[in-house]
Amino acid sequence: MFDSQVISMLLEGIRDTLYMTIVSTLVAYVLGLPLGICLKVTSKDGLKPNKAVYALLDFICNIVRSIPFLILLILLIPFTRLVVGKSYGSTATIVPLVVCAAPYIARMVESSLNEVDPGVIEAAKSMGASNWDIVTKVMLVEARTSLIIGATITTGNILGYSAMSGTVGGGGLGDIAVRYGYYRWQTDIMIITVILLIILFQIIQNVGMKIAGNLDKRK
Amino acid sequence: MNEIVVKNLSKTFAQGEQNVEALKNINLIVETGDIYGIIGMSGAGKSTLVRCFNYLEKPTSGEVLIGDKNLGELSEKELREERSQIAMIFQSFNLLMQKNVIDNICFPLRLQKVSKADARKRAKELLEVVGLSDKAKAYPAQLSGGQKQRVAIARALANNPRILLCDEATSALDPQTTASILELLRDINKKLGITIIVITHQMSVVSEICNKVAIIEKGQVVENGLVEDVFNHPKSSAARELILRGDDNKAGGTVETLNGERKIRIVFTENSSFEPVIANMVLKFQTAVNILRADTRNVGGVAKGEMILGLPEDTELQENIIVYLKERGLEIEEVTGDV
Ligand SMILES: Nc1ncnc2c1ncn2[C@@H]1O[C@H](COP(=O)(O)OP(=O)(O)OP(=O)(O)O)[C@@H](O)[C@H]1O
Ligand SMILES: [Mg+2]
Repeated sequence: MFDSQVISMLLEGIRDTLYMTIVSTLVAYVLGLPLGICLKVTSKDGLKPNKAVYALLDFICNIVRSIPFLILLILLIPFTRLVVGKSYGSTATIVPLVVCAAPYIARMVESSLNEVDPGVIEAAKSMGASNWDIVTKVMLVEARTSLIIGATITTGNILGYSAMSGTVGGGGLGDIAVRYGYYRWQTDIMIITVILLIILFQIIQNVGMKIAGNLDKRK
Repeated sequence: MNEIVVKNLSKTFAQGEQNVEALKNINLIVETGDIYGIIGMSGAGKSTLVRCFNYLEKPTSGEVLIGDKNLGELSEKELREERSQIAMIFQSFNLLMQKNVIDNICFPLRLQKVSKADARKRAKELLEVVGLSDKAKAYPAQLSGGQKQRVAIARALANNPRILLCDEATSALDPQTTASILELLRDINKKLGITIIVITHQMSVVSEICNKVAIIEKGQVVENGLVEDVFNHPKSSAARELILRGDDNKAGGTVETLNGERKIRIVFTENSSFEPVIANMVLKFQTAVNILRADTRNVGGVAKGEMILGLPEDTELQENIIVYLKERGLEIEEVTGDV
């Protein structure tokens, strides 16, 4: 149906999309996870309540999350250029993806940690656990199912956003879909890329949910 | 030796605009080896008080001394070290749901940097103590309430604590399971010499295992002392109410119709035997008495009984009956209101 050139282009698209999605998710978690933990720890009923810090982090998260991704992508162009040297292509797309996803992840993490039974935290305190012990050995462990479900949803969202960035030359499957489907009217290629995106999305969802389910010992 | 000394302790919570005085000027002494009951109605401040014993709650004023250490003077780190000596169990067990039984018991040991192998070894011993050796690999969600509390007890014992705080540890359990957990606590107290604080709202729990008791009402200790003394001669209305009300599940519905009657409460001590006194009394006075409640309990290891009688209408007869019973060494007390 397609010649080998199109096939290799699609394969490259898959590779670029996975590259953007995976690297963005990882980097976004490196920022978002500690941020989410800080939100939880400094919140009113947290381990170390701190109104000022919480208000600041809360504000940053809300601001970034309220900017539409495409606008963020454009706003960040100078910053992206500073970080990776250019403003187009897969690597450059990672920057806005991370900026967009990190506050979102922080919120997810905060809400996952909120689900941890306060009684269990109290029990750990009564055993002489430090705050660091409580975060690393109690909260993150007890909340792991919820955290992994959150990560699965986040990865799916980042996959979708990475495709959106194709409209501005971000590379990957989204880029192909826009170039061939929108500018050249090659609907068949566009449909194939969409199907590939759906398949990738499904794989991520299924693997993530499976891991989360297997790790949950509450039932 | 004094294990826990509480001096002039008060705790006030700021709740929005207004302040809640949860504890007011509490003074208590718990001695080594005591099983000390703290009993009171819901909201009396029991949990707040016991959480002050390990400084999970910082008192607004006053002092808590554990052994010779004043908790208020310790640094964060010293306080955490001290807490490993003061174990705690809870009504809702508070086990780590994502860890299996053995890892739950290893948890406090690992916090104290005990090696993995040593922690496992100790955890296995403890599982034997609480009779759950076959459940080492099970997760809390697969255990019954009683089994979960046993795991929590094993976990609490892991660091060889001197004190065990139990906050409503049996309130979520059925009577039979409650009895077996109380039995276990008594064993631990006897064999390991651990001082135990038992928070409860059930008099039956106190009379079952405690040697001393403090009754708290609206944040104040209204009465404390040996369980026998408080049980036989309750001075405060709160104590009387808790004793007379008995177990929640025993509170009878027959009482209402008998409200107008004059009622007395008789306490049987070790040297008075139960049946003959009442039977002889009935024979002597040739009159019927209403037995509103008869109850024997195990108080501090001695079998005790109490009975509430509704007396006949004749006042002279009433006085004669009371004198008769007093002559036979029974504690008599008027009961007013609902039984
Ligand atoms: N963190 C808090 N903030 C505000 N008020 C509190 C707090 N903790 C407890 N209180 C108040 O202090 C009082 C005593 O509460 P506490 O939990 O000690 O009672 P309790 O005797 O343990 O009751 P229960 O039998 O229901 O557990 C209550 O009026 C409660 O509302
Ligand atoms: Mg309570």
